Amino acid sequence: MQSKVTATGRSTPSLPDIQWQNYIVYIFFVVVLGFFAVMIGDKGFLSVTNLFNIARTTAMITVIAVAMTFIISAGELDLSVGSTTALAALICALVMQAGYPWPLAVVAAIASGLAVGCLNGVFVTMIGIPSFLVTLGMMQFIRGLDMRVTYTNPISISNQTYNGIFGSGYVFGVPSLLIWSVVIALLGHVVLKYTGFGREILATGGNRQAAEYSGIKTRRVKFYAFLLSGAAAALAGMLYAGMMQTARFNFGEGAELMAIAAVILGGTSLFGGKGTILGTFAGSLLIGTINNGLIIMGLDVSEQMMISGAIIIVAVAFGKKPGA
Amino acid sequence: MSSPFLQMTHIGKSFGNIPVLRRVSFDLQKAEVHALMGGNGAGKSTLMKILTGVYTKDTGTISIDGQTVDITDTAASERAGIAMIFQEFSLVPTLTVAQNIWLGREPRLPGTPFINNAAMVRQSRLILQELGVDIDPEALVGSLPVGFMQIVEIAKALSKQARILVMDEPTSSLSEAETEALFDLVRKLKSSGISIVYISHRMAEILTICDRVTVMRDGETVMTEPCAGLSVARIVEAMLGAGHTASFEWQDRGDRPAVPPILHVRNLRLASRVQDVSFDIRPGEIVGLAGLMGSGRTEIAETIFGRRTAVSGEVIFDGQPLRGQADAIDRGIALVPEDRRKMGLVLDHSVRDNVLLPNLARFTRHFFVRDAEALSTVTQTIRDLKIKTDGPDKLSRLLSGGNQQKIVLGKWLARDPRLLILDEPTIGVDIGAKSEIVATVRAMADRGMAVLVISSELEELMAISDRILVLHGGRITQDLNRRTVASEEELHHAIQGHGHRAVDAIPA
Repeated sequence: MQSKVTATGRSTPSLPDIQWQNYIVYIFFVVVLGFFAVMIGDKGFLSVTNLFNIARTTAMITVIAVAMTFIISAGELDLSVGSTTALAALICALVMQAGYPWPLAVVAAIASGLAVGCLNGVFVTMIGIPSFLVTLGMMQFIRGLDMRVTYTNPISISNQTYNGIFGSGYVFGVPSLLIWSVVIALLGHVVLKYTGFGREILATGGNRQAAEYSGIKTRRVKFYAFLLSGAAAALAGMLYAGMMQTARFNFGEGAELMAIAAVILGGTSLFGGKGTILGTFAGSLLIGTINNGLIIMGLDVSEQMMISGAIIIVAVAFGKKPGA
Repeated sequence: MSSPFLQMTHIGKSFGNIPVLRRVSFDLQKAEVHALMGGNGAGKSTLMKILTGVYTKDTGTISIDGQTVDITDTAASERAGIAMIFQEFSLVPTLTVAQNIWLGREPRLPGTPFINNAAMVRQSRLILQELGVDIDPEALVGSLPVGFMQIVEIAKALSKQARILVMDEPTSSLSEAETEALFDLVRKLKSSGISIVYISHRMAEILTICDRVTVMRDGETVMTEPCAGLSVARIVEAMLGAGHTASFEWQDRGDRPAVPPILHVRNLRLASRVQDVSFDIRPGEIVGLAGLMGSGRTEIAETIFGRRTAVSGEVIFDGQPLRGQADAIDRGIALVPEDRRKMGLVLDHSVRDNVLLPNLARFTRHFFVRDAEALSTVTQTIRDLKIKTDGPDKLSRLLSGGNQQKIVLGKWLARDPRLLILDEPTIGVDIGAKSEIVATVRAMADRGMAVLVISSELEELMAISDRILVLHGGRITQDLNRRTVASEEELHHAIQGHGHRAVDAIPA
């Protein structure tokens, strides 16, 4: 027994190891939901329409954040996802505008996301530039490209099949955006938790050197994570376009930071090695719920931003382990 | 014996309701080097953490120079003149030696908030001169060899007027020459009246440098004796308890059957110091690779494992040349690397995940990891290697050094390798775990696994090897049957190049 106690090296060994910090995002979510229910329950906050609305507006961030969880768990960062959403949306809209069928537009949009992810991956894993810098530059470059493609003109999408599937439609009364985010989150959860690739991501982020000495091809693992992130950003862009029935160069501005916030709120370690997709999903919903509730309470954008920013900091502070 | 300078009496400490120290007494004379030994979990680090104020004691008293002192935190310990010497980790590599020594206590220009850089450098130089070491106070710490970092630590302690130094495994990352230099320094400190608590697992070292040795076991002191006339066997017995005989003794495993070698290393030349190295290992054979720190032993191991490419020469495994690390792992080569915390383990992951890491492919079917199937392998590994853990989901960071090393060994043994390379397998591992590791390796070799062991501890090489290769000047200078090596001194002599000046002894 003793070896275990002295070996911990840290003081305050709490014997029943229930780490409530791991569940902070869920606790916060319940608290925030409860707060708004009491405060503005009578103003329609709790109506099905409004709850669906929260789900609809968070779908894009959720999709991006699921892939971001892989990136961050592998010890990297991807800031280029925001501008990639707009790129994919524009390409998708342009292909349809040119008269091609919508599935081809979808393929083209996803391909553009994969191309961005591939470039990020090459620069990070083969040339060895820190991902923060590569994707910061890429964010800027792609946003410029977004503006250039249509000279900042919006492209409307008239294909109602497309709009229905990606954003505007309902299935048995459930918004398609909600279905997309649940499916993507579940898929991400299963992949991160139960597949060999997921384990390799976590090992790479936990200790790259040890992973390599164990035969994990960490550069390949990271490369795939960037591909995944690019594809997810493209999907988010298509969802955005489908919801707005148009594509615009400024889609997804700041989405990369919202997604990172959702990931960290969810309990994924910013330093890699520990990640949870379900936490990320809850983090994304939490941010969306806060914004939605504040709007209903009648706060303006400036107040909303201040409050949601403060809540993010407080939630992360609560989730921090003592001494860590 | 005069009244002791430091007296710790009946110290008790529990974590939760688990007692870790039970009425432990420990004393230190002025100008004494006192070894503190014990297996992992014996309580020695807890005792020292109480002395340095990291933990507070539950019961007992501490007195220094006859005065009872109340050590409530690390600052109080520092005021009492106690300093812990860390090996390298508590220095800022991007600052200079002087800046590190005075970090947070920089002397000011009188009447201003500005740092008096000249005074800082001057005083540092004075302390370093007193220590008799040639270190430039204005050099960046990051540019110093590892051995010097410890000396900077000592200088930092002395600048705080420390009278008691606690040194924890001070030689574990030092080369032979650096160790000698450190011993000279310890003697010098002693003659200037400094008292030292010396924690180490290395028996020979303790008998060389210490005046007395105290052994702890299960939270109690079981022996305190002068080193003069004390035998290693006596210390080991005290550490393990009566009735436990360590398997850390050489066993003649007989001649290996005349099977063809599984590994041929031919005229290997590496970018580092390795010039021309050739040797063979047969299945079931345990071969030790001896050489000075920095002689290229690790580089040879990593080349065989495929993590490095040779300038020239070749490595042939089971009749075929090796093509990179993936090929090496696929064909049954395993490497337990030198630094288990950096290269061996994902410390924040569980025992289970660490054991599975090199075995993921085996347990993955159609993308999914078969956790239930994998778990039985993990529990088997925990049982076979006697890893002391609450369960497979315990974080490996929370285990002792010996148990961590068993995880690294276990994750590879779960693959049933045909060649196992061990690079410094027992650094920071207590004698109990050490002998268990040796026994496991022996048992695997008996079943036909070839083993290459690299170690700076000759005692260990002597205990485990059937054959010992001596690496010197970038070549294998001797290939010794263990049976013909009579003593550690003989091996030591061979490593130094028959007493010639060791040209390849570059401080690592």
